[in-house]
Amino acid sequence: MGSENKPMKLAYYPGCTLKNQATNFDVSTVSSMAKLDVEVEELDRWNCCGTVHALDSDNVMNRVAPITNMIRVKEANASEFMTGCAMCYNTLKRANIDVKARADALETINDFLSLEKTKYEGDVEVLHLLEYLRDRVGFDNLAKKVTKPLKGLRVACYYGCLLLRPKEVAFDDTENPTIMENLIRALGATPVDFSHKTECCGAHQTVDKPEVIADRTDKIMGSAHEEQADLVVVSCPLCAFNLDFRQDDAKRLNPDFHNMPVLYFTQLMALAFGCDESALRFDLQHIDPLPVLKARGLN
Amino acid sequence: MDTTLRISSARTGSSFVASIEKISGQKLLACYQCGKCSAGCPMAAHMDVLPNQIIRMAQLGMQKQLLAARSIWMCVSCLTCNSRCPKDIKIAEVIEALRRTALRAGQRDDHLKIMELTPEARSVLPPIAMISAMRKLTS
Repeated sequence: MGSENKPMKLAYYPGCTLKNQATNFDVSTVSSMAKLDVEVEELDRWNCCGTVHALDSDNVMNRVAPITNMIRVKEANASEFMTGCAMCYNTLKRANIDVKARADALETINDFLSLEKTKYEGDVEVLHLLEYLRDRVGFDNLAKKVTKPLKGLRVACYYGCLLLRPKEVAFDDTENPTIMENLIRALGATPVDFSHKTECCGAHQTVDKPEVIADRTDKIMGSAHEEQADLVVVSCPLCAFNLDFRQDDAKRLNPDFHNMPVLYFTQLMALAFGCDESALRFDLQHIDPLPVLKARGLN
Repeated sequence: MDTTLRISSARTGSSFVASIEKISGQKLLACYQCGKCSAGCPMAAHMDVLPNQIIRMAQLGMQKQLLAARSIWMCVSCLTCNSRCPKDIKIAEVIEALRRTALRAGQRDDHLKIMELTPEARSVLPPIAMISAMRKLTS
């Protein structure tokens, strides 16, 4: 952590969805990091991360988008950068691991990007915001910045797939992760364990098969409800969309389904750090979190 | 008698098996059918052929049946199967190879019809959903 008068700088990659539907994730990240004396600097001319990591072993073309971002990081005179989006993190990190291990693929990509002034040589590291908070800031230090402890708030931390799988990109145990629970505890809230915290939300099937997502959302949110959670926190805008916006479909599928708010973990940070209301953007949630926050005396 | 007998290991579908192994980077014969992949699969309820059955059918070179299976389009690459496989087979990579094989073929067998979505559905979907669906389901 930087000292009081000199904030630490950190290159930041928001990703496409944080500039669209998930503005709440973007503004809450930037605002809460400022409270931790970390000045996040958005990369110039960043582009789509590639969204999904292509799993065919001979694939080079789909690594071009993520690797172009590594070049932007170098151009910002940085050797590492942070993203909060689980999907961007996964895709960028996997592409990086892949080209570091495959010199021929990296050469092909650099040849393809020959108009770029900078060459990528595998010399950039990708960080997820959660691992930055744990390893660089430290949850003990983070707890000192809490001005409004989230006392009594029962939070179910949903990891989904992309922070944990494959093992090479995981920064916590793939079957029983605890990093988000530790963060939540530092914010003064009570983490709630639940059976479906590492189960997939159904991902892109949401586009034309909302009935499949309704089933996933019913099971995942239902397991959090069984443990008397007040809300669920996530790190992925696709999980957020499926678990929050598809609750209407889940309710149609299962009349006993209980609506529950879904927030980004950064929104709870911003709340606990006493950030301005404009850093929370609760107006973008489908299920309004204000009733449960009010019930706990937090808003 | 002028008869030539040829003995060969070639069998129907073997070029398909080799191609799937190459694209996926996996050795299909490593699978001993424990079924852990199917037990943990979040999409299994929506599949016509289970992940362990996909691997078995791929070993046997059942190209036609595999490329016609609904399952290969239901898999979302969540990698639960990969992370739990005791033989370290990347089942999701095998399914990706099957999807790619279908999508790379001449008929461009797309499994997402963007234009059939209502404008309302399209406007609410975040880019992360649209782009990943197109990357997985279209040629």
